[in-house]
Amino acid sequence: MSTIEKQIPTSNGASVGDLPVHGAATSGQRPAERKEPSYLTADKGLKSWLFTVDHKRIGIMYLVGVLSFFLVGGLFALAIRFELLWPEAGNFFETADGYNKAFTLHGAIMTFLFVIPIIPAALGNFFLPLMIGAKDVAFPKLNLLSFHLYVLGGATLVYTIFAGSLDTGWTFYTPYSTETGTAVISATLGVFILGFSSILTGVNFIVTIHKMRAPGMTWMRIPLFLWALYATAIIQVLATPVIGITLMLLTVERVFGIGIFDPALGGDPVLYQHFFWFYSHPAVYIMILPAFGVISEIFTIHSRKRIFGYKAIAYSSLSIAVISFLVWGHHMFVSGQSNLAGLIFSFLTFLVAIPTGVKVFSWVGTLYGGSIRLNTPMLYGLSFIFIFSIGGLTGLFLGALSVDVQLHDTYFIVAHFHYVMMGGVFIAFMSGLHHWWPKMTGRMYSEFLAKIGCLLVFVGFNMTFFSQFMLGSQGMPRRYYTYDQVSPELVELFTFWHRSSSAGSAILASGIFLTLGYLVFSIFKGQAVGPNPWGGVSLEWETDSPPIKHNFAHDPVCTRGPYDFDEVLAAERA
Amino acid sequence: MIGNLPLVSGIAVPDLLAIASKRGFWLPQQASTVAADTDNLFFFIYWLSIVFFALIVGAMVLFVVKFRRKKNVPETSSAIEGNTKLEVAWAVIPGILLIAIFVWGFRGWIALAVPPGEAIEIQVRAKKWLWSFDYRGTNINGVDEITVPVDTPVKLIMSSEDVIHSFFVPAFRVKKDIVPNRYSVLWFTPTKLGEFDVLCTEYCGNGHSRMLSKVTVVTRDEYDKWMTRGGLPEGVEGKALGEYLFKAKGCKTCHSITTDRMGLPCPPLGGKYGSQEQLVTGEMQQIDDNYIRESIMKPNAKVVKGYAPVMPTFAGQIDDKQMDALIQYIASLK
Repeated sequence: MSTIEKQIPTSNGASVGDLPVHGAATSGQRPAERKEPSYLTADKGLKSWLFTVDHKRIGIMYLVGVLSFFLVGGLFALAIRFELLWPEAGNFFETADGYNKAFTLHGAIMTFLFVIPIIPAALGNFFLPLMIGAKDVAFPKLNLLSFHLYVLGGATLVYTIFAGSLDTGWTFYTPYSTETGTAVISATLGVFILGFSSILTGVNFIVTIHKMRAPGMTWMRIPLFLWALYATAIIQVLATPVIGITLMLLTVERVFGIGIFDPALGGDPVLYQHFFWFYSHPAVYIMILPAFGVISEIFTIHSRKRIFGYKAIAYSSLSIAVISFLVWGHHMFVSGQSNLAGLIFSFLTFLVAIPTGVKVFSWVGTLYGGSIRLNTPMLYGLSFIFIFSIGGLTGLFLGALSVDVQLHDTYFIVAHFHYVMMGGVFIAFMSGLHHWWPKMTGRMYSEFLAKIGCLLVFVGFNMTFFSQFMLGSQGMPRRYYTYDQVSPELVELFTFWHRSSSAGSAILASGIFLTLGYLVFSIFKGQAVGPNPWGGVSLEWETDSPPIKHNFAHDPVCTRGPYDFDEVLAAERA
Repeated sequence: MIGNLPLVSGIAVPDLLAIASKRGFWLPQQASTVAADTDNLFFFIYWLSIVFFALIVGAMVLFVVKFRRKKNVPETSSAIEGNTKLEVAWAVIPGILLIAIFVWGFRGWIALAVPPGEAIEIQVRAKKWLWSFDYRGTNINGVDEITVPVDTPVKLIMSSEDVIHSFFVPAFRVKKDIVPNRYSVLWFTPTKLGEFDVLCTEYCGNGHSRMLSKVTVVTRDEYDKWMTRGGLPEGVEGKALGEYLFKAKGCKTCHSITTDRMGLPCPPLGGKYGSQEQLVTGEMQQIDDNYIRESIMKPNAKVVKGYAPVMPTFAGQIDDKQMDALIQYIASLK
């Protein structure tokens, strides 16, 4: 029996159908009638969705929006991989111009519309209030505004595609971005708007976690997913204004010809890089910290075990957030910044590896002494450890100054960031999505198909991106439309690894499409599930699947930590 | 040397895995004085990564197998919450290894940053989308590839005429961004004879993946002879000289020599001599000697319809003899 049920007597003494009971039946009677409809059916009509203040509906809308953009960005990626099957020009894109636009849009869409928002806005919005035992976030209307800004920003970026497109690379380096004829201003406006969506979500989450925890839920009892969201929110609030201002300055330069970054007008192009990376490096921690949070949930619940090193994981999230602001120059070792700057940034970059390593070791340590289920969320979680370890370790090559000179701006970098961003964030997202799908939809997906999807994604991902490490270390630069101009022996080598990578991308794509298929199918035909299919202890498992509109039938109280499985199991055996 | 181990960057390291003379699985051949140290650090990090990866994934797999939920057996879960000694160890020990990597990388970096005093100085001008090299203090100007003597330091003083480019020679393990309105310096001492690719590694637009060059490393004797020839190939005149210049001056980066445009930003030149082309203004233009000369000197005066005015001028870089040779060559293209 759950702790909550023991604490709060119900009005008629009967076991309330809303609240979960670990495996116990309701003494032979029919389950009590659901008193309230779920959040999905509570209000009807399009307007009730588009103007909702229910964090769960907002989370679902974000999920649909973000995954739609993910598919668009993914299609650009497939086009790029197809082009690179042969060294010469013209395999998919007739000219370099088309190719340049494709990789730019792939990067911009994936970075700003997918990887940054996916876990906080979709899963975070849905589960933060549930996990702290609240009815909603602190500022529900602000939450809706965040979502509308996301849609507006996304629409602006889509408009950019049709209004001249963008060919600067997602990094908008000057002076190329000040002189190119493509729709730079429209794109930067889109990013500017999206930035506000991110900032407002961050503000909302910080206040919610501070002020709306259920009675008895101390900071050291909140699920680690929330520590992760908290650290992420701090970065979102502090760093995002910088990219907004930077892109605004870029626009001002384009429109008014004021020389800030353009040397032809007396500006400094390396200054742009400092400003840009001051945000964009912390941004990658906005991407990965929530992913780390998901993994903490997965490894505990699915091995029914306490987390190893709760404090270490919580504090490492905060320290990563702080140090993340101090390492931006590692993107600029060969750009012309001073040697002293290079030295300091390299040192700090290695420093940030330590709390990250601590987390990975702690998750593996969590498995020890557990009771592990190899279901889909866990398989994705294990894949995460495998893939993220490669991503993180390859970061060491890039933090080392002399080795970075060789590897910078080559495919080694492309491989590294896809390993951590796609391999890290996307895999963790898939884990969380499969873990919380039954809670969000009330349905279970086909476990068989899901495992196949996981295998295809794992194999496809590694094949696509591991090949790129070899490409990079052998000298293949990034953002290259063709590679037929190097010496013939090298053309052969590059062709081999490019083909290996492209073949992998086909496998990866098939896994993603399969996943989309069985998840959508499960919404209509999936088996209905109860409140706690995984036997979790955190508060979200105390609600219905899917939850009612205001989450809990009565105010929850917290009397234990989120991963006290050994106690729960002992009580069950008793 | 310490025993038989090479002493590199102050640290004695067995050169076990870097295959010096030919391309290895991971890295190109080592063709400069700094390559061995960079590679040794690369492989130090590599083996460290393999060990840690094996530990992490190995432990993970072991625990999954050992602690897998067993059916028909009551479930138990350990109450372990942590282990302070272990946690400190796995923060401190990696920390020490990371500092070692940092120090080694930093030392290699300083070696890369400080050119030797006596070096051949070459001015590099990068522009969309070609390289132009001037050998300081000589009459060798405006060549698109460099020839240097082996075992001699070479210092490049680089600047861009437009956007940011980057000079990268994988075989030498050197790279540096080339920024407009400032000079950046890169140096190397080649240790092997041969031709080595130079690639632009900062995205610069449509010609980015064609902005390649070569460093040709020859013996000191060969280099001296090359210098006295003014950097030109031996005994080459007329159309053959034109063919050489067409490549050396970077024309080939943007103009195809057949009738097929090949995805390049500028008009193909095959079969064009003697024909008529329409300009952006609408008027028809005869493609003759004068038009070719004008296009090389003042390229944006008469642009062919369907193309953008992106060609840079070569005024001051091509003398009359070279102009003649180029026109002869272009006239011969089918």
